[in-house]
This record gives sequence, C-alpha cells and structure tokens, in this order.
Amino acid sequence: MADITDRVDPPRKTSLTQSSAAVARRKRADLILQGFGLGAILVAFTVLFILIASLVTTGFSAFVQTHVTLDVYVDPDEISEEQLPRGGFQDVLTDAMLANLPNADPEDDVRAVRAILSNGAQFALRDMVADDPSLIGQTVTMTVPASDPFDQLNKGNVDRATPEGQRRVNDREIEWFDTLDEAGMITTPLNFGLITNADSRFPELAGLRGALVGSFYALLTCFLIAFPVGIGAAIYLEEFAPKNRVSDFIEVNINNLAAVPSVVFGLLALAVFLNWFGLPRSAPFVGGLTLALMTMPTIIIATRAALKAVPPSIREAALGVGASKQQVVFGHVLPLAMPGILTGTIIGLAQALGETAPLLLIGMNAFITSAPSSPFEPATALPTQIYIWADSPERGFVSRTSAAILVLLGFLVTMNAIAIYLRNKFERQW
Amino acid sequence: MTLLAFALLLLAAVIGYLVNWRAARAIREGGQRLHSLMGFHGLFSLLMILVPVLTVLLLWLGFEGPVINRMILASLPAGELEGLGSGAIQLISAEIRSIAGGRIFGTPEDWKLDAADRLIALRTWSDILLVVVVVILSLGILLFSRSRVTADFRARQASESIVKGLMIACSVVAIFTTVGIIFALVFEAYRFFQIVPFTEFLFGTNWEPQIPIREDQIAAEGAFGWLPVIIGTLVISFVAMFIATPVGLLSAIYLNEFAPKTVRAVVKPVLEILSGVPTVVYGFFAILVVAPALRGTGADLGIDISSNTALAAGGVMGIMLIPFISSFADDALSAVPRSLRDGSLALGATRGETMRKVLFPAAIPGIVGGVLLAVSRAIGETMIVVMAAGLMARMTINPLDSVTTVTVQIVTLLIGDTAFDNPKTLAAFALGLMLFVITLGINVLALRIVRKYREIYD
Repeated sequence: MADITDRVDPPRKTSLTQSSAAVARRKRADLILQGFGLGAILVAFTVLFILIASLVTTGFSAFVQTHVTLDVYVDPDEISEEQLPRGGFQDVLTDAMLANLPNADPEDDVRAVRAILSNGAQFALRDMVADDPSLIGQTVTMTVPASDPFDQLNKGNVDRATPEGQRRVNDREIEWFDTLDEAGMITTPLNFGLITNADSRFPELAGLRGALVGSFYALLTCFLIAFPVGIGAAIYLEEFAPKNRVSDFIEVNINNLAAVPSVVFGLLALAVFLNWFGLPRSAPFVGGLTLALMTMPTIIIATRAALKAVPPSIREAALGVGASKQQVVFGHVLPLAMPGILTGTIIGLAQALGETAPLLLIGMNAFITSAPSSPFEPATALPTQIYIWADSPERGFVSRTSAAILVLLGFLVTMNAIAIYLRNKFERQW
Repeated sequence: MTLLAFALLLLAAVIGYLVNWRAARAIREGGQRLHSLMGFHGLFSLLMILVPVLTVLLLWLGFEGPVINRMILASLPAGELEGLGSGAIQLISAEIRSIAGGRIFGTPEDWKLDAADRLIALRTWSDILLVVVVVILSLGILLFSRSRVTADFRARQASESIVKGLMIACSVVAIFTTVGIIFALVFEAYRFFQIVPFTEFLFGTNWEPQIPIREDQIAAEGAFGWLPVIIGTLVISFVAMFIATPVGLLSAIYLNEFAPKTVRAVVKPVLEILSGVPTVVYGFFAILVVAPALRGTGADLGIDISSNTALAAGGVMGIMLIPFISSFADDALSAVPRSLRDGSLALGATRGETMRKVLFPAAIPGIVGGVLLAVSRAIGETMIVVMAAGLMARMTINPLDSVTTVTVQIVTLLIGDTAFDNPKTLAAFALGLMLFVITLGINVLALRIVRKYREIYD
C-alpha cells in the first residue's frame, strides 16, 4: 500500500502568482509588436497632419487679397469717351498713386509706383468708365488688387530683415507701401476673385472659375455616360447573364480595367478620341468621356454589390405574383439597391474629380483666360489647374495652389460626406 | 442644328409612346383583350425609335469631323500637299478650320480660303442632312411600330428583348475599352518600332527623346533605350514599397489583433483619407514640403541630395499606398478562419504569438497579393512623379539621385503639340504599351494568388 506521504511533488518550475522570466519575455514581445503597430499608425497620422497643415498654412493666405483703395480722378485729357479702349487708364491710376506718395518722384518712379497696382487695375477702371461714361472728369473711389510682390509683403511673406538685393521689393517700395498703409488705403478683404476669376499670368488676378466650370462639365459628361452604362452592365451581369465563358470574360475584363493605370486611359483618349475621331483638344467633353471609361468599373462593381445585397425573397415574391424577370429587377430590386448604387457612383465621381494624368494628355492643362461656355470649348479642370499653378514660378502661385487644393479637397469631402449620409440614411438591414 | 436633331428625336420618341399607348387603349376599349399592357406598347415604340436613331445620330457626329476633313483635303488643289508630312497636313487642316471659324491670322492663300468656304458649306449640308435623316428615320419607325399594335402583339417581350440588348451593349463597353486600349497602344507602338528597332528599345541604355524637329536644327540624335527609364521607375517604386509595406502591415496587424473596437472605428476611416487624396495633391506636397526637407537634412549631414530626388517622389508615393496595403492585409488577416486563432490562444499563446506564428503566416498569400497590387499602382502612378521626379533618364539605382519614370516620360513626351508622325510622340505609346503589359501582368498574378488562397479556406 502506497503511502501517500511518500510521494514528493517535484519542485514547481513556475508559479501561478509570480510570472517567470519566460512569460515576462513573451509579454514584452507582445508589447513590442503592439508598440510597432501603434507607431506605424502614428506615422501615418503624422504625415496626414503635416500634409493638411502645410496646405492650410500656405493656402489660407490666398483666401484674402491685398487691395488698394484709391481716389482716381478720371482725367478727361487722358481718357476720352470716343477712344475708350485706348485710353490712358494706366496713367490716370499712376497719377492717383503719386498723389498719395509725396516722396516718390513723379518722373523717375512712375514705373515702380505703377507696379504696386495689379495689371488688372486699368481694366477694372476701363470697365467702370465704359459702363458709365459720365464718370469722365469726376473722381471715383475704387478698390483694386495690389500686385503680387506687395500682396506677399502685406501678408508677411517678405522678410524685411533680408538684404535688399535678395528681396523682390526694395526699401523705397516698402516705404511707399507703408505710407499707403498708414493712410488707410490698404485693405485685405476676402478674395472672391479666387472663385470668380479665370486663370491669369498674374497671381493676384488668377482664379478658379474656368477650372471649376471645366471640372463641372467633365463630371457631368462622365456621370451622364458612366451612370446609365455602368448600371446597365451591372444589372445584366448580376441578374441576367448566363454563367458562361463570355460573362466570365467580361467580369475579368472589368476587374482588370479598374486596375489599369490612369495614364493609359489618357493614351487611349489621345489616340482614339483626339487623333482618330478628331474631337476637340482640351475640351471638358473629351475629358468627361475618358473619366467615364475610368469610372465605369467602379460603378459596375458598386452596383453589383448593391444588387447582391437585396435579399432573394423580394425577387421570389415579385416573381410569384406574376411579374416578369425585368419587371422584378426594374420595379423592385433596382429601387431597393439605389442608395448603394448612388453611394458607389458618388465615390467614383469623387475619384474622377481628382484624376489628373489623363486630362493632361488630352490637353486640359492649356492656359485659358476665360471660362468655357460649353463642354466642347477648351478648358482646364481643378486638378490640372493645380498642376499648372504648381509649375508657375511666381511666389503668389504657391499659396494659390494650396488654396486650389483646399477647394478641391472641400469638394471631395462634401461628395464623400453625401455618400456616407446616403448610405447611413437609406441602408437597410434585411 | 445638332441640338435640333436631338430634340426632334426625343419628340418623336415621346409621340411614338403616346400613339402606341392610345392605339392599345382603343383596342382594349373596343372589347378585345390585350396580350401586353398599354404601357408596353408605348415603350416598344419609344425604344424602337430611340435606340436605332440615337445610334445613327451619335455615329454621324463621331464620324462627321474626320469624313469632312478627308473630303476637304482631297479637294485641295493638286500639288499643295505634295511631299508634306502628316504633321504639316494636320496644321493645314487646322488652319482651314480656324479660318472657317472666323479666326483669320495674316493673309492665308486663296486655296485655303476656298477650302474654308467649302468646309462651311459641307458642315451646313451635313447638319441639314442629319436633321432630315433623323426625321425620316423617326417617322418611318414610328409608323412601323404603330402598325404592330394588335391585341395579340407581345409588346412586353419585344420591348424587354430590346432592353436586354441594351444591357448587353452596356456590358460590352468594358470589352471595347480594353480592346481600344490594346489596339491604340499596339498600333502606335508598332509604328514606333518601325522607326526604332524593338531590340534597341528593349536593351538600349540611353534615353534621349529630344529629336530635331526641323532638318537644320541642331539637336541630339535621339536615343530610345528604355532601360534607364524602367530602372528609375523601379527605384522609385522600391522606395515607395520600402515605406508603405512595413507601415501598412504593422498598422494592419495592430488594427486586426490589438486595437479596441472604438480605436479601429476611428483609425480605419482616417487611414482611408490618405488614399482618397488626389495624387496631384501628393505631388504638390512632395515639392512643397518633402523635397526641401530632405535636401535640408542632406545638407546638414553633408550628403548631396538632388532637388528632385527619387526619395521625395517615392516617399510620398509610399504614404499614398499605406492605406492600400493596410486594408488589404487587414482583409487577409480577417479571412483566416476563427478556429485557427482560437486554437492558438487556447494553447496558451499570447495574442502577439498568435499573430506572428499563426495568423500572419496563414494570411501571407493575401498579403502578398495586396503588396503586388500596390507595386503595380506604384509603377503606374503618374502625377506624383511628374511633379516631383526628374526628367533626365540616368542609369543609376541611387535613390538620392534624380531619376525619371515611364509615366513621367509618357506625360512629358505628349504634353504640348503632338504630331503622330515622329518617334518622340510614338515613343510614349511604346512606353505606354510596356506599362500596360507590366501592370496587367502584376495584377493578374496578384488576383490569382488572392483567389487561390481564398478557395482554400472557404
């Protein structure tokens, strides 16, 4: 008979109350892995923060614009009603400036003083006088944009401490500007020109109107083509197509199209739309056509997912009361899938709005100083406008570019917010 | 006039609907039993008119320009176009078009003015003819559809088969797009390879596409060896993947295994923002912030970094790809069956050990597929490199240097005026063909890996 007390427990290697070195090591390894994971997310977040912060800090100054308020005497000697377009509006403005700058020499400094005002000032005055010829001989108060170097000076982007030779404005010009500022003639109102002006060589006059209209036409074309065609294709593939090699091939094709680099679609558009069909270059219509081909796979994939999510009981019930297959789809399934389809479409259009490369290849990066009045006229689009401005050397275009990007991002955020709202509002759990 | 044609077509379609609808109603009120509902009779007429006439209309508009252009060029006085290249001929027809549009620069020759007059006349005739054709066709089909309205006519089946045909046509658009891409690329690339031998393109180590435009111009001969270009592409893609892969994978691991639900709900959408930012924005970010910062750091360390270094373009591209890899890896990890995870945890493995030794190895095929797709994106990415990478092709793998990529060359060769007769323009299509083949190959491979792996666990 075994004696129970004879049995000696082997000494425990581990304790339930105390963790051994091995367990501690394993836990440490866990923590390190977690730390790396958190670190990776932190890296991504930091970069996103820097991206947005750098755009906002450089871009926000373009949402205001330095203006000079002047009392201009419209001298009948310089400007006559008969010869309006050729009138000496420039001289009249310069005189008005010189009247406020006692320490500027009316002979030698004419050019320098004139350069304080934007080149667009004379045209603004011309338009005013053309509208109302009775202004000739009177004194009008007008507010005109300052030129880019002085705009930068006013916004503090010019360091007055740097040696004179390395600045774009010299000491005398700064002195004049300060004189004007002290006289209360300098104001910095909101820059509506950023939205209402078309492109210009002068940063202080350049705006996004042409790009916005161009992008609108391109997206409209894209939507009008990609939405019906995409839905038609998706319905056929999801609801009607027999499962055979042909429909398999189409499916593989669509998936591959979704992954083709965007620049290749640009090559397609250039060779087929412009070269073979002779469609107009730089036209938003052609841009929209190209974007439609790119957006279609996105819409098809989203639509198929939305159709799949409609439960079969709906179809069976409708079929059961005698509806035809098409009546089932168009009368019951499609309306139920519509929120999902719209969400996918909006997301696809948002992608199309930010797409640049194919538009560059069909020439939507031209320099065009007026907004297009139809989709067949040359225009730029928001992203190509950003590309053009990013390439421009003037200092003022840096902040304009950031501001244009902020506008573009604003549109994208709005579109995505609408998509998310639609999804949350109409999404059904079956 | 075109708008008028569209308006007439729409009007005809609506009238067709109403006519057939009323005819069907008259039959029913006459006491007969209709096979199809009245609406289907109307729909039949509407579709019968709309589909063929709209097709004719669009084809007409598509081919009107080229055909008229041909006719004008053919009608020019003999000898004017003799010995001219296709670029010069394009210029002449553009000039004739702008004269016809009322924009006359200088004093064009008389034969150009005559041609412009003929062009205007032809366009007017084409417009009138278009409207006439639309009206005749619409009316003819309208009468034909009206004649089909009988009590027995299976209008529902008829219109449903038209709708089905339309849907099939929509699905085929995808195939046509692919065919169009392949055909356009192969056709233009073939013309390029007639000028530059294929072997020289494939194995040449010199890429200098600046060729003389006029004969008396002094310029480089032009060399079209794509090796330095594809090497530059690979360098930048490598830099991008070097950043995106570890960051993307680690964040996916954390989100999948360790993150509390609330953290996950916040982090995932924020990461998605990174992939929603347009690439042109990343390009501007690279030249505004990243490149100067890298140069500054390099100067502090005493390293000479080129102002458009591959590091800036690649790094920013890597940032763009983080969410791509992260969401792919997350999906792959989530697809590993629950039982594997539970089994490992039940044996006493920590969460980290489960991840490292069970989940991650099991998800490797899906992760590799995602990384491959990201590589294909990096190779095809355009705007970031156009803005931040260099233009000069160099045989170097030093990421501090300035390198160029396939997409940069495509864009720079095709920006500005493009005549389809010199190797400079056609070279872009040859590069485009290579780009298409490479990315397609990687995509097919990646999708195959992902699909094969899914089948194992499903």
